[in-house]
Amino acid sequence: MTTTATMRRATPYMFLAPAAAIMIVGLLYPIGYMIYASFLDWNPSQRIGEADWVGLRNYVTLFHDASFRESVGVTLTFSAVVVVVEMVVGVGLALLLDRNIRGISVLRTLFILPMMIAPIVVGLMWRYMYHPTVGIFNQTLKGWGLDPIPWLSDSGWALTSIIIADIWQWTPFIFILALAALQSLPRSALEAARIDGASAWQQIIHIKLPLMMPVLVVTALLRLIDSFKVLEVILVMTNGGPGLSTEILSLRIARTASEFRELGEAAAMSNYLLLLLLALTIIMFVYNKIVESREQAIRQQAEEG
Amino acid sequence: MTRSYERQNPAFYALILALVVMSVGPIYLMLTTSLRLNVDIMSDASALLFMPTLRNYETVLCNVLWYEPAHVGYCDPTFGRALGNSLIVALVSTGITLVVGCMAAYALVRFRFMGRGAMSMTTLMMRMVPPAVLLVPVFGIWTFQYHLDGTHAGIILVYVAMNLPFVIWILQSFIVQVPIQLEEAARIDGANAFQVFFLVVLPVIKPGLAAASIFTFRIAWNEFLIANALLDRSTRTVPVTIVNSLTEYDIDWGVIMATGMLLAVPPIIFTFVASKQIITGMTAGAVKG
Repeated sequence: MTTTATMRRATPYMFLAPAAAIMIVGLLYPIGYMIYASFLDWNPSQRIGEADWVGLRNYVTLFHDASFRESVGVTLTFSAVVVVVEMVVGVGLALLLDRNIRGISVLRTLFILPMMIAPIVVGLMWRYMYHPTVGIFNQTLKGWGLDPIPWLSDSGWALTSIIIADIWQWTPFIFILALAALQSLPRSALEAARIDGASAWQQIIHIKLPLMMPVLVVTALLRLIDSFKVLEVILVMTNGGPGLSTEILSLRIARTASEFRELGEAAAMSNYLLLLLLALTIIMFVYNKIVESREQAIRQQAEEG
Repeated sequence: MTRSYERQNPAFYALILALVVMSVGPIYLMLTTSLRLNVDIMSDASALLFMPTLRNYETVLCNVLWYEPAHVGYCDPTFGRALGNSLIVALVSTGITLVVGCMAAYALVRFRFMGRGAMSMTTLMMRMVPPAVLLVPVFGIWTFQYHLDGTHAGIILVYVAMNLPFVIWILQSFIVQVPIQLEEAARIDGANAFQVFFLVVLPVIKPGLAAASIFTFRIAWNEFLIANALLDRSTRTVPVTIVNSLTEYDIDWGVIMATGMLLAVPPIIFTFVASKQIITGMTAGAVKG
């Protein structure tokens, strides 16, 4: 009998063991390794044991490095603009298209295409469309008798151009999640509002948006976290240029490691980025817990009342 | 089920049409560009009238075709080889992630045990790690400690580890919905935990498995950064070869769009075949997040 009891107790660990092993070898250990490497002066031709311990030097250097700060600024601008615009457009479209119309599923299928295609390919498509002479945008401008725009070659325009590409690729994500949230709203609340004579606008502002809020906050946070991962699209379109105008943090990490061969500094940069993402993840987690406990409290009140 | 559809005003349909054109337009543009020769692309002549040709595709795939395209003077085997590498890497890592991931998800949902909280918290945290952050350590460890640089096994390990947290997370939300009575009935009939899992639970969560496998495949198939750092000439995947063939000037847009199109085709097919599962997976992954 004791063997069966041990067996039973061991079962969950047997189910978990492969996943745990792979994540430790392929994820946790590398991250620990990187935290250690961020205190080293290390270049790719050395083994890690040969690198010099420099303490916090990499972090301090980065902190005073004007181009690193510029890159942080670009990253924050990019993420903030992208998330705000995508949320507004995505939720707006969801509110507009939440109707009983023919072919909505075909529409959703077409909308998720941009997300499924490789970021490298998305970068290619947009680089081609932004092409100074044969690109469709400048061709159109020329057709209307307007001056061509230096989409990717001017430091004032480049950031806008990559933001447009990202909005194209990721607004559907927000749209789909918002639409799903809208369609799972309690029909009774909407029905009651309609009977009370609320206009379409009043329904949206006083009922739909507040009820969707928990999902929308999580969606926005998810998108924000993901926007710090964007890299390939920008790499293909501008490779961070002109100057540093589109060099977001992930791209800078990649270039510091492969072009400038400063692995320690790249690791320190990665840590700054991880800290930022960690903070965002914790905010999301705490927010979820608060919403859950509030819902539970309301349910309890309802049961008692 | 018959449903009545509301009549909408024409402006509404115009808006929908505009949205469809916006989201599909760039992809359509890539397709047409891949069917044109570079001379045509670069000339200012009418964009709408041209003779579609498969020459760009022949150039790209020259070493895997069963015939020798007449116009290809020198056959560059890079892309054909990369296509094979990409297929191996994406399929194998999807398979492993799926098996390992759903076992873990099942354990996290159905068992109460020590370390459960820590495990599910770690999974959640690992989900946010950007690939760029893994670049430095993966380079160091895979080269000097695991000696897996330049091999398929090395990159597959990275992709499996990278995708596991997300897959576990999505599958949890599907497994929770499996009625516990189903499992109890199987247990009473004498099935052990593994039999219950493989014969009862897995068939029920098929839609979840479909969603999870598409997401994993997509990441492994599309990833560039780590593949670029880890793989060598003979094991390179398609995204790496595409970026390598991009130069500052004098890009052969027709050929490069043909490669891009070939890279985009599998995800596009999945989208049309399983859009419902993708959307369910996406919402499950976010809402439960």
